[in-house]
Amino acid sequence: MVRAERVYKAFGHREVLRGVDLDVARGEVVCLLGPSGSGKSTFLRCVNHLERIDSGRLWVDGELVGYRRKDGRLQELKEREVARKRSEIGMVFQQFNLFPHMTALDNVSLAPVLVRKQARPETRDRSRALLERVGLGERADAYPSELSGGQQQRVAIARALAMSPSLMLFDEPTSALDPELVGEVLEVMRDLARSGMTMVVVTHEIGFAREVANRVAFMDGGVIVESGPPGEVLRKPKSERTRSFISKVL
Amino acid sequence: MAPAAHLEPLAYRPVRHVGRWVGVGALAVVGAMLVNTLVSNPRYQWDVMWANFTTATTLGALWVTVQLTVVSMAVGAMLGTLLAVMRLSPSPLVSSASWTYVWVFRGTPVIVQILFWNFVSALYPQLSIGVPFGPELLHGDANQLISPFTAAVLGLGLNEAAYMAEIVRAGLLSVGSGQTEAALALGLTRLQSLRRVVLPQAMRVIVPPTGNEMISMLKTSSLASVIAVTELLYSVQIVYSRTFEQVPLLLVAVVWYLVLTTVLSIGQYYIERHFARGGGATGASSPWKVLRRSVGQGHVRPQLTGSGGLV
Ligand SMILES: Nc1ncnc2c1ncn2[C@@H]1O[C@H](COP(=O)(O)OP(=O)(O)OP(=O)(O)O)[C@@H](O)[C@H]1O
Ligand SMILES: [Mg+2]
Repeated sequence: MVRAERVYKAFGHREVLRGVDLDVARGEVVCLLGPSGSGKSTFLRCVNHLERIDSGRLWVDGELVGYRRKDGRLQELKEREVARKRSEIGMVFQQFNLFPHMTALDNVSLAPVLVRKQARPETRDRSRALLERVGLGERADAYPSELSGGQQQRVAIARALAMSPSLMLFDEPTSALDPELVGEVLEVMRDLARSGMTMVVVTHEIGFAREVANRVAFMDGGVIVESGPPGEVLRKPKSERTRSFISKVL
Repeated sequence: MAPAAHLEPLAYRPVRHVGRWVGVGALAVVGAMLVNTLVSNPRYQWDVMWANFTTATTLGALWVTVQLTVVSMAVGAMLGTLLAVMRLSPSPLVSSASWTYVWVFRGTPVIVQILFWNFVSALYPQLSIGVPFGPELLHGDANQLISPFTAAVLGLGLNEAAYMAEIVRAGLLSVGSGQTEAALALGLTRLQSLRRVVLPQAMRVIVPPTGNEMISMLKTSSLASVIAVTELLYSVQIVYSRTFEQVPLLLVAVVWYLVLTTVLSIGQYYIERHFARGGGATGASSPWKVLRRSVGQGHVRPQLTGSGGLV
């Protein structure tokens, strides 16, 4: 589903990704761990082309991200084509980034109507069902400012699901939440994983990684240092860097 | 929970605001003097003023003023938004074109710009629309194409665009980059994200100064009198140059300008309230509330608003 080969990215002189290799199979849940500044967010942003990679190759669903191959050469995709591909990848942010001037329902309905040109009434029914699914059926008409952090993040997940993505990216979805609200968001993510969604989750929730992830990847200094089943990476990490990080987080 | 008995009103002697009462007294005296002179000085000629207040000439001129204001403001807002978006473009060429426009139009007096557009026919006697360096599609005499009204709209509107560009730019910058990011991640294009996500939020920052610009435009439109557009000021000038009743005729203009600015202020309140959706504080009190409060009680009480801020 996602395939990264030697992905490299620098901001000016700052090398943020220095050859990331990662494979995520369809239906797999991969948790990405790593210290602050190791490039986890940057990597996720590269996957849906919010950030352009400098070298290496990146595929989503078998297609190159941001480019097409034509006559043996790479050709950059047009904005509309990039946007269409992005619409098939859901993204959930640490700061929720809900649209504050719209109700929860409108947040969820915006992209299907605007991007997929779906009819409004059907979209609203579907959006309502999605809000129901994340446990917020009654709060459909609330504005984000009227919702708790956990509720906002669940709306954000419903908003991403509204485009029926084949891949979901989560960037520290629970890091901005009060401890007592973390559980409700993880619960929704757990359900999603059970339903077979392919997910790449940047998180510091080791418990979630251990329980839900098929694979855990540890990132440091712009490379994936170690990856494998959670039992191995979390319990008996091979690398010294992974070991010291995990001992700090646990 | 504390027992109810503790919630009895406290008996205490409030602080005396001596300074405030002295101030109120002084203001009352000055106010009374003003009213007195307005009423008792016969040279104001209020009867002449009222006689001219709703004549066909005045109302016609009033309509010209309203048109001038609205059209110039529309030109300014639309072009200003375009300039703001251009200014934030990643292309340095596009962004510096916008910067240059603002530099020129904000850096010269608007009255000069109005005069300039009025005399543009001296510079380009023939105007034509067509493919650059190619065939002509439309052709005309500049003198006929650019009436004084058009020249005034060009002068006022193009100047306004420079100011609106800065206002809109500040508004766009006030919306966090996470909003654009979320919109793009959902598959919206840049333009869709601008129109549906960023601009509506930027409006909260854009509307209040734009209201000021509109009110300012209403008054600045009187500069069109220098190129003989029969708006409010020029119209009363024509009358008093004939009758020599300068003061009451200027009062006609003064009162009408005040009426119009009042209407605009009230409209601004409701527009601001509309764009405050989902965001708590409206940032402004209803004009009626302000009026009632200033008539009813001597002082303004802090009010708790939706988001918990003090207004
Ligand atoms: N747009 C940008 N311009 C310049 N530098 C950037 C940009 N985005 C990220 N960086 C830098 O890249 C490095 C990696 O950032 P990134 O956000 O990917 O880290 P992270 O692993 O997600 O960390 P955290 O756990 O703090 O979120 C940081 O040092 C950051 O300062
Ligand atoms: Mg990050």
